[in-house]
Amino acid sequence: MNPTRTVVNEQGWGEAIDRLVGGSAALFGLWGDAPNVHMALLDESTGNIAVLTYACTDGKYPSVGAKHAPALRLERAIRDLFKLDAVGSPDTRPWLDHGVWDGGQRAPYIFLPTEGEGLHQIPVGPVHAGIIEPGHFRFTANGEHVVRLEQRLGYVHKGIESLMTDATLDNAAKLAARTSGDSTVAYSFAFAQAAEAALQLTAPPRAAYLRALMAEIERLANHFGDIGAICNDASFAMMHAQCGILRERILRAAEACFGHRLMMDAIVPRGVARDIAAEGIAQMQALLTEIRRGFPRLIELYDNTASLQDRTVGTGVLRPAYARQFGAGGYIGRASGRDFDARRTPGYAPYHDLAFEVPVLSAGDVNARVWIRIHEIEQSLALIDQILNRLPAGTIRTDVEPKGEVCEGLGLAEAFRGDVLVWLRLDGKGRVERCHLRDASWFQWPLLETAIEGNIVADFPICNKSFNCTYSGHDL
Amino acid sequence: MRRALFESFTQRPLTEPPPKPDAAGLAELAQSVNRAARARLGRSLSIRQVDAGSCNGCELEIHALNNAFYDLERFGFHFVASPRHADVLMVTGPVTKNMREALLRTYNATPDPKWVIAVGGCAADGGLFAASYAVIGGVKDVVPVDLTIPGCPPSPKALLAGLLALLQKAA
Repeated sequence: MNPTRTVVNEQGWGEAIDRLVGGSAALFGLWGDAPNVHMALLDESTGNIAVLTYACTDGKYPSVGAKHAPALRLERAIRDLFKLDAVGSPDTRPWLDHGVWDGGQRAPYIFLPTEGEGLHQIPVGPVHAGIIEPGHFRFTANGEHVVRLEQRLGYVHKGIESLMTDATLDNAAKLAARTSGDSTVAYSFAFAQAAEAALQLTAPPRAAYLRALMAEIERLANHFGDIGAICNDASFAMMHAQCGILRERILRAAEACFGHRLMMDAIVPRGVARDIAAEGIAQMQALLTEIRRGFPRLIELYDNTASLQDRTVGTGVLRPAYARQFGAGGYIGRASGRDFDARRTPGYAPYHDLAFEVPVLSAGDVNARVWIRIHEIEQSLALIDQILNRLPAGTIRTDVEPKGEVCEGLGLAEAFRGDVLVWLRLDGKGRVERCHLRDASWFQWPLLETAIEGNIVADFPICNKSFNCTYSGHDL
Repeated sequence: MRRALFESFTQRPLTEPPPKPDAAGLAELAQSVNRAARARLGRSLSIRQVDAGSCNGCELEIHALNNAFYDLERFGFHFVASPRHADVLMVTGPVTKNMREALLRTYNATPDPKWVIAVGGCAADGGLFAASYAVIGGVKDVVPVDLTIPGCPPSPKALLAGLLALLQKAA
């Protein structure tokens, strides 16, 4: 994918903001590239993506977040990483920068004020009770009811984009694969597409099919793991155990096929690093049969257990209007009526050749997010069938030398939790000049703050798990 | 649900025999596990996992230790919610500057005797992220480490072998 990048003046920038506010386009990315700021917009009806560039004067650009809230955290991150100021932003607090990068003392963070009778605050994290990533949640509650949740992220900021600068394409691909471990395939997929768009080449058909196979295996593993974990947060351990068995079998099949349980570094720019093992196809087909035999019973168990339904139905409702405004990707958006899947629109190889449906619901509660995942498992199983039956023969990697000039490319992949956008500029020697990775969670995290409102504190874990936003992919 | 529960009585368990304790781990641990600790803890160890900057890959495999195939609890290990209840800290990730204080506080909140396991290549020496302005380095650069389990991420089997080495020394 290589949308033309347009340099705009203040008026053009303002018109783009108006489109976002009017809802005819969704914010798809906003990132720094000093002295410029780039904004990606998605026209949801056509799937067209536009990238606009605003050249900052004195390190300043007109704030998008002032009128369109989904841009706020992105602007704060741009300020932290590139010292570019969004003029007019209502929120200028640091976001990823906790004040300790240059050896200083941790700066106190001012949480948004809450006023009212009988309110108390509950600080949680960054180290949480479970085996999960670190982040801080500040709850303001009245008794058991959450009045406001405010997130404080950035704890796992590793400076990935800065490490990518001047890295070789291969090293940058390794960093991309370690942006969010649960979506390592999707990140490698998106990064490879960005690199290929920049170098104007196409991965061979067999590589494209193998990439999709890995992406669907990753989706299955994550969906099984999370459905089990959501039920576990409602103290229904049996679903957790059964889903855990299926997840483990999938990871073992992934290892048998591609030599790594999470398939890390298996997708590389120009193709894939290794072909599927000879016995892999039969093993994968046996696994599909087993899942098709066992999973319907688990769905029935989920659907017929009243104590479980009591916890998931009507809990953590995300209103469709918010999902639309924030351009929420993945099951979070699709459970709240936003019919978007990057595999279909704008689409990328090889999904144009494959038949699949994109499930959409509108209830927006934990239960709807579980059901979207159940339906997506069914779709992924059907996709893997098609891929294995039609796997083209041929090479798995093209060898093309860098063009010897500066080039840019955009890559997009639908990870299990939503669309991953990668924008890349290479120098003449094939080294990375600037790479930006945008996880779907940038637009999902803020929505968790609204979904928890009015719920009880004890339901937060199940709401959080049903969102399962990435920390590492967001903090970069 | 009843049907599934009854079936589990007739089926063979999925749980697999454990791997051998990690030989390199046994050597690395020789210094840090003394007799007093052994006497106090017996064969049961509580683990607190701390993500100090990981990509989440290691967490996924640590999670897998609890599934039916590896069933970590059969060895007396279990994951606890608070460092105050923990004997072992399993720390993942390169330690980011933003997580340094949280890791230190967690370490200080863990009662003695305690052990720290650095899980994964990043926890060993910062891995691919070592050169970043936002990263301190490996876990050993912030708290003392007793055992390192390599891998990106380490497989559940490798994690289990490392933990069994600790158990053999400590129990």
